[in-house]
Amino acid sequence: MGIAIDVAGLVKTFARTRALDGLDLRVQQREVHGFLGPNGAGKSTTIRVLLGLLRPDSGTARLLGGDPWGDAVALHRRLAYVPGDVTLWPGLTGGEVIDLLGRLRGGLDAGRRAELLERFDLDPTKRARSYSKGNRQKVALVAALASDVELLVLDEPTSGLDPVMEAVFQDCILRARAQGCTVLLSSHVLAEVEALCDSVSIIRLGRTVQSGTLADLRHLTRTAMSVETAIPVSGLEHLPGVHGLSSSGTRARFDVDAEQLDAVVGLLHRHGLRSLTSQPPTMEELFLRHYGDALEDAPVRVR
Amino acid sequence: MSPLSGTRAMARLVLRRDRVRLAVWVLALLALVLSSVASVTSLYATASQREAYTAAVGDNPVAVIMGGPGTGLPSLGAIVVFEVAVVGYVAVGLMSVLLVVRSTRAEEEAGRTELLRAGPVGRWAGPAAALAVVAGADLAVGVGTALGTAALGLDLSGSLALGASLAAFGLVMAAVALLAAQVSEHARAASGLGAALLGAFFVLRAAGDVGDGALSWASPMGWALAVRPFAGERWAVLLLPLALAVALATAALLLLDRRDVGAGLVAVRPGPATASSRLAGPLGLAVRQHRAAVAGWGAGLFLLGAAYGSVGESVQELVSQNEALAAFLAAGGTDLVDSFFALAAAMMALAGGGLALQVATRVRAEEVAGRLEPLLATALPRWRSAAAHLVVAAVGVALVLALAGLGLGLAHAALTEDAGQVPRLLGAALVHVPAAWVLVGATALLFGWAPRATGAAWALLAGSAVVVLLGQTLRLPGWVVDLSPFSVVPAVPAEHLAVAPLVWLTALALALAAAGVAGLARRDVG
Repeated sequence: MGIAIDVAGLVKTFARTRALDGLDLRVQQREVHGFLGPNGAGKSTTIRVLLGLLRPDSGTARLLGGDPWGDAVALHRRLAYVPGDVTLWPGLTGGEVIDLLGRLRGGLDAGRRAELLERFDLDPTKRARSYSKGNRQKVALVAALASDVELLVLDEPTSGLDPVMEAVFQDCILRARAQGCTVLLSSHVLAEVEALCDSVSIIRLGRTVQSGTLADLRHLTRTAMSVETAIPVSGLEHLPGVHGLSSSGTRARFDVDAEQLDAVVGLLHRHGLRSLTSQPPTMEELFLRHYGDALEDAPVRVR
Repeated sequence: MSPLSGTRAMARLVLRRDRVRLAVWVLALLALVLSSVASVTSLYATASQREAYTAAVGDNPVAVIMGGPGTGLPSLGAIVVFEVAVVGYVAVGLMSVLLVVRSTRAEEEAGRTELLRAGPVGRWAGPAAALAVVAGADLAVGVGTALGTAALGLDLSGSLALGASLAAFGLVMAAVALLAAQVSEHARAASGLGAALLGAFFVLRAAGDVGDGALSWASPMGWALAVRPFAGERWAVLLLPLALAVALATAALLLLDRRDVGAGLVAVRPGPATASSRLAGPLGLAVRQHRAAVAGWGAGLFLLGAAYGSVGESVQELVSQNEALAAFLAAGGTDLVDSFFALAAAMMALAGGGLALQVATRVRAEEVAGRLEPLLATALPRWRSAAAHLVVAAVGVALVLALAGLGLGLAHAALTEDAGQVPRLLGAALVHVPAAWVLVGATALLFGWAPRATGAAWALLAGSAVVVLLGQTLRLPGWVVDLSPFSVVPAVPAEHLAVAPLVWLTALALALAAAGVAGLARRDVG
């Protein structure tokens, strides 16, 4: 499989702020890639660079084998974009906006347009100014999904959708992937990321802090354990990778790094394991660890 | 909680948002009114000049339409009212309508009213604050006019009445706008309704003044003139506009109580589910966005042209008896009627320049609103997205100036029974098109290289207006005059048609536009 998006060392500075500070992003073809990070981390700026709207100060960016700035027009025929904050032309109807954007991209599939309107339950005869945020997003989504493209660039596309529409959206993305489409999905909806994404990149303060498959990411985080043994466990505190140990007699609670799980269980085994509950990290914990200030003291591997 | 609680804070918000806008409106209005008063006092200094003026215009229906019944002519004060008052009423009315809608329905449409009304702010606080601030601006115009007119040597009581009539009419239009803001969901429709009512008041008053005067009493503008500044002031008549303003504002607040936030009284009709084949690209989109403005300006300038065209003949009569006016019109000593038409065409060209800039600067507004980004994320080259608006601006201004010239020519041709006047006066308007194109080119240059300063293109038009209208009066140095693209245009039909300046202006406009598009290709968007 080829590489759809390859970004390395991207730097972009606005008047006073360094929005991107050496960002890396690599998206394989035909994968759904989650693009995550707290507000203001630089997700939209990266996407604007990829769309050739902003010119980076330094670093390289390749999109579908081309230069996002120099080959913008040719590349845009092969991709569709849904902005995070959809603003439409107030006097046009939703249907007119969908057709206009589709024609500018080189035509859209009328059958799929009708089907998507139906599935997203969108009235195309309403004027754009009377649409709610969710309905404006649906207009942009229908316009993007009804066109036949290789790459979908979606910037928080579901922030205004209800759960039913969220399910429709997820189904459409999975179908697009099945047809060979690559998707870059910036999102804060972790359930959506878990359901759709093959791999993710987490960025913070304009830098990539983590990248890989979800399984990889899980592997990098700690498991919470609660154990009871026949005789009190000694030596746990000396094992590397054990954190926040609290023990009383034969009971102990602690967190353990995934890499050290085997050594820890071996030690417990020698003390006569009576009961063991372990909780894998939730998605929330996974991301909060990267979003929050705990980042500084947590070692992070960037792939 | 009273429906008015929070009014003071809301008024501070309006003042903070519009501090520059308010100051510019009030000062520009005072400059317009007082410079006209000053020029009237110098042009009609002697009794014989005033009598000649009265003889020429007093019974001319077109002059009465533009000036009012002319009560008290030929006194100097009455001439001031005849020349200044109606223009002043229209301007102060326009100011009131635009400012009130901007602070009420436009805010509501943008969704900001919802945010404020969710706080401890009464339902009426927003509209009451907008009305109070705009009434303050109207009052400032009135007081400034009264003091300025008195300072220029006119009778104090008449000056006060003129200022009071301006402020009172402005207040009526502010209340009209507040009512219009309740009717439609959309700010543009509300402004349009307010402006249409302003036009209706003008037409009712004009019809009344030309006829027996009865219809004038059906129009607040008629009431303002019925105060009779400098002609035995009737102060009690001022109660009529004040009462109407109170009634309209009350009605607006009662309607507000009966509707939802964001909703209007008129429901929006559904539109087409698919785009027509004309809406296939940036040009189709730009045409769609600007066609109403072009049609509106075209109709307005056609009527203005017809109005100028129908007074052309009487200029000869008027000017032959007034040396000062003759000197003003024809510095070169050519045919006076032609000089008048050349000046009329230049003034209409300045108005057309307003349309050109309104359309061309929209390209920046689209970028700020975030609507350029989704277009550029499609297979649309940057230059085409900008060029669409620039082309519509260039073609639009040519269209409306052609209509202005046709209005001028058809009216004059009908009065003189000389069909040859139509192409002549059409040409008089069209020679200004390349100068307006330079405004479009300047907008493109700013948009490409200094996008935040795109609005500065308006300064070029404002400067051109000063040069064209007041250049001789202010005795501006030649190089300042030459900064305006409009001063290079030959004053057809008074002068011969010189082609070279038109070619130069067109080339300059194209070069500016090309440079602007090149800048757009290099810069960040969004």
